[in-house]
Amino acid sequence: MTDRQGVWTYAITDYSGGELPPLTGVAGTKVRTATAAGLTVLVSDVALAEFGEVALRRNLENLAWLEEVARAHHQVIEAAARLFPVLPARLATIYSSDAAMAAVLGARAGHVHAALRRVGGRVEWGVKVYAAPEDDRREPVPASMAGGEGAGRGTGRGEGAGLAYLKRRRAQLTAARESRSSALAAAQAVHSRLSRHAAQARLYPPQSAQLSGTRTPMLLNAAYLLEANGGSGFTSAVADAAAAHPELRLELTGPWPPYSFTGDDS
Amino acid sequence: MDHAPAERISLVDLLDRVLAGGVVVTGDITLSVADVDLVTISLRALLASVSALAGPAAPTGGADDSAHQVPARRG
Repeated sequence: MTDRQGVWTYAITDYSGGELPPLTGVAGTKVRTATAAGLTVLVSDVALAEFGEVALRRNLENLAWLEEVARAHHQVIEAAARLFPVLPARLATIYSSDAAMAAVLGARAGHVHAALRRVGGRVEWGVKVYAAPEDDRREPVPASMAGGEGAGRGTGRGEGAGLAYLKRRRAQLTAARESRSSALAAAQAVHSRLSRHAAQARLYPPQSAQLSGTRTPMLLNAAYLLEANGGSGFTSAVADAAAAHPELRLELTGPWPPYSFTGDDS
Repeated sequence: MDHAPAERISLVDLLDRVLAGGVVVTGDITLSVADVDLVTISLRALLASVSALAGPAAPTGGADDSAHQVPARRG
């Protein structure tokens, strides 16, 4: 007896010509194609012992498992995206059979065709904006401390050291708050500027410093949909934005398959 | 522009996309409407592993390798 299997979905395309090169998917499975509603779907057959609802819920809690599956899913999508326009499927879209998939896809065919038209010939770039580390830029001097009064040293006019300290600390906190809110405004300005180059833009929640492994907070986590052959214009726009905002640190990732522009924001 | 090999892509960036992006054509086995749960689950897993690592190294196994630093241009 064979184990019960499900159908794992990688990507959907309306491209019908040409043979798919051999691709390996999640859990070492062989990628094949299935057709439904005039669409071709890249799928592979996975064991429900590992990918069924109960097992899946447990396995997703396992970071090593999640990482391996996410990378395998991505590799198939990326390889396919080099060959024809694809709509990536969200991770863990699994059907009990090709027939079940065809039924669900049939009901969403209009949406899928429209999304494929939107992403065709386009790629996604990611831009993450952080506040630049403090030591990488000049510290703004609060006006109250700029006047040579020696306020920072606690020696002026009989003030106690404690009071001087409190004043200095308050000024530091105010400066930090102002610096953060101006960095946020600058990140927004960068986003508006980059959005003008893009067919579409999408914002993700900023990643926590703990997850991103950086010292300064992430202010913007954005994705931009761009013409596949227009990448250099966008990368120069990002470099220009970085030059215009030394108080920010920008990171560019991509090009990605158009994960963020399938019309399923949630 | 060169594309970083898939192994080098930051897991956090990848999870942003595969969990919150991608077309939703809900599978009949998938955690159906549990998209938000998926993200929550994965982040919890990440956080747990980050604190378990308890090291200064990038928590995602090369988080910075695929991210191109954008140098400020001179002039």
